[in-house]
Amino acid sequence: MVDETIPRRGFLKGAIVGTAALATAGPAPAEAQTTASASAAQTSPDAEPLLTLTATEHAFIVAAVDTIIPADELSPSGSACGVATFIDRQLAGAYGMGARLYRQGPFPKAKPELGYQLSLNPREFFRAGIESANAWTRKTYGKDFDRLSVTERETALRAIEDGKAPFPGFSSRMFFDALLQITMEGFFADPIYGGNRDMAGWKMVGYPGLPATYREDIKTYFGKKYDKPPRSIADFA
Amino acid sequence: MTTVLKEVDAVCIGVGFTGSILARELTKAGLKVAGLERGANRTSREDFALPSVRDDLRYAVRQELFQDAQLETVSLRHTPGETALPIRRLGSFLPGTGVGGAGAHWNGVTWRLLPTDHNLRSHVENRYGKNAIPAELTIEDFPVSYDELEPYYDRFEKLLGVSGKAGNLRGQKIDGGNVFEGPRQNEYPNKPLAMSMAGAIMEKAARELGYHPFRAPAANMSSAYTNPEGVTLGACEYCGHCERFGCEANAKSSPQSCILPVLLADDRFELRAHSYVKELVYDRQGKKVKAVRYVDTRSGEEYEQPAGRVILGAYVFNNNLLMMQAGIGEQYDPVTGKGALGRNYCYQVSGNNVTVFFEDKIINPFMAAGASFGMNIDDFNGDNFDHSGLGFFGGAWISAGTSNGRPIQTRPVPPGTPRWGREWKKATARWYNHAFSIGASGCNYAHRENYLDLDPTYRDALGRPLVRMTYNFHENDYKLADYIGGVLGKIARAMNPTAMSSPAVRRGNYNVVPYQSTHNTGGTMTGANPKTSVVNRYLQAWEADNLFVMGASVFPQNASYNPTGLVGALAYYAAEAITTRYIKNPGPLVRG
Repeated sequence: MVDETIPRRGFLKGAIVGTAALATAGPAPAEAQTTASASAAQTSPDAEPLLTLTATEHAFIVAAVDTIIPADELSPSGSACGVATFIDRQLAGAYGMGARLYRQGPFPKAKPELGYQLSLNPREFFRAGIESANAWTRKTYGKDFDRLSVTERETALRAIEDGKAPFPGFSSRMFFDALLQITMEGFFADPIYGGNRDMAGWKMVGYPGLPATYREDIKTYFGKKYDKPPRSIADFA
Repeated sequence: MTTVLKEVDAVCIGVGFTGSILARELTKAGLKVAGLERGANRTSREDFALPSVRDDLRYAVRQELFQDAQLETVSLRHTPGETALPIRRLGSFLPGTGVGGAGAHWNGVTWRLLPTDHNLRSHVENRYGKNAIPAELTIEDFPVSYDELEPYYDRFEKLLGVSGKAGNLRGQKIDGGNVFEGPRQNEYPNKPLAMSMAGAIMEKAARELGYHPFRAPAANMSSAYTNPEGVTLGACEYCGHCERFGCEANAKSSPQSCILPVLLADDRFELRAHSYVKELVYDRQGKKVKAVRYVDTRSGEEYEQPAGRVILGAYVFNNNLLMMQAGIGEQYDPVTGKGALGRNYCYQVSGNNVTVFFEDKIINPFMAAGASFGMNIDDFNGDNFDHSGLGFFGGAWISAGTSNGRPIQTRPVPPGTPRWGREWKKATARWYNHAFSIGASGCNYAHRENYLDLDPTYRDALGRPLVRMTYNFHENDYKLADYIGGVLGKIARAMNPTAMSSPAVRRGNYNVVPYQSTHNTGGTMTGANPKTSVVNRYLQAWEADNLFVMGASVFPQNASYNPTGLVGALAYYAAEAITTRYIKNPGPLVRG
């Protein structure tokens, strides 16, 4: 059984010192992820204050983004790249509150081709999804998702992705798709939003970012690798 | 309380491309024109400035420049028997809002239709027989032929400064241009854009297969250009941020970069942003729209603006909504086939692309202009190939190129790659700069059961019913997509890639989630017969002679081509009829 007497957030903070070096020292070796005990605490150097996520939700998000984007020679882990911070901020802001989402009822059950048809805004949707995911892993593994081993997390996440984890209300696949989408946003969006720290996502693929003025380069680099380091919005502010 | 304002000579509903063009032509003819735009005023200098104009999350993903679905959307059902549900988050298509409209955030692909797209029904009947067209395909001729519209296509291309190369100059076919296009009187105003690696690979493969590759016409400036309005556009930086973004260099043609500078300097024009047109005040007896009512979104106050002439230049859905609410024309009924309003709603059969991967080639997808920055073929477009025995009509333009490398949305990986985890990372890092897609945009021919009307349940922020779309793909579309998919696969194999995806097959219902195209058309179609069309050849409403309807809502069906070129040409064609004939002699320009 999980020791619920340890407050999660405090637990995270206590463990941060040990992993901070990992994040700043550049990409961690692939083994670092697998040899580490899978506790969310030890894969997260994410010390940013939370805007909306609860400690439990944050632990889930950290564990999920570190499973989706594990640390290896290509980049630090998702949370080390700030993806959990990104998600917290997005869910706390206009997007999370339902900006650009038509929310008038009624809300009958619908076929998937008609897109999102729930009354929940994204913040509420993630709350419900995380709750269901943790309830399912507690039933299946006896623990919340973030307390699972790396291998168990991968297996659990795959079941959620395939819609095989029964969630009340909406399919686990739908939750996974939203989780994957916002994780990728956090890994590849401009760093001003808190994710893609140190442009790790851009460096991984070789995206040069800004200013993207290639009138001459398009000829110079025809068929050649563009070798200039990436820059982001903050570099031009 | 509605405040009644002093009458103006003309009012434009919407200040995008068509509203700007009509306002410009009418003010030049001496009229006082008010431009009512529901959204904010946006200028290149203020709103499309570096560095924030390159914010992928803000513009491409959170959709800042598009219509706000919280306020207004459309509902969808796949068949007339179902209950429609609102599209709660925009996905499949992304209408614009604000000054410039979708013209501010488009990619810049600027086609002319094929001559046989203009006279589609007659052409197909002539070539394949009177009974060749299945009864459920309600395709029609455009009342204006290619030859009649040619000077107006030309005029719009010159306003925009389109980059390209002619393939048919006054009947002479030119290799390297589109040899299938109708005869052009003039070369494109701007030379073609720089070549991308993807385009070079496509050109070689297409030539080997005996096809006719050419550069797609692009409203992205290959070099600085001064248009006939005296407005100068900058040269394209190949930044890979056209679609969904504004352009800081004024190198993508938009109302802001092409025409608004002169229009806004003219005292005869008054721009009213934040003015959300709610309804048309229709005099059924007199067959006129006497005024438009709009809400000032800053105060909530309602105004009535009487006008001598009304230009309806909103997006397809609002054009339909305003006319349906006012009852200008009879609502189409799919059971009886009666009524023209809402009839022949069409979309685009797109999305069946093939991604090709090359171990030894660097693509640099992030160096790109928006307009299908690569190479196209039209060998399988329209009726450029024999349809005997194929079981469908129409075709697709096929293109290989790169419009961006923004990694939130563009990260190709070979088929079989997991969506996350270590293997996903490896594949993404390995292939990001070594892949591109061969894509197709297929025509969508009108079907008896695809139409627009008003939703009985869901409402917009102004309390009006949402437009209800009854829409699905049908046999013609599925067969077309299969056939084109086969061609895409053949081209891909000719490129000899390290890996390739299988041609995506179109099966199942129309899905509103993945982006497909913002080429919604129809509902207020142009035609020669007032019983089956809503506007005449001059885009004048049959049932209200001072109402002129702009945009793709007048298309009888959708060709494979992106609609903006035709939308612009028709706007100039209508503007000329208004300024040279209608102003002097108000009344129906065509006897019904």
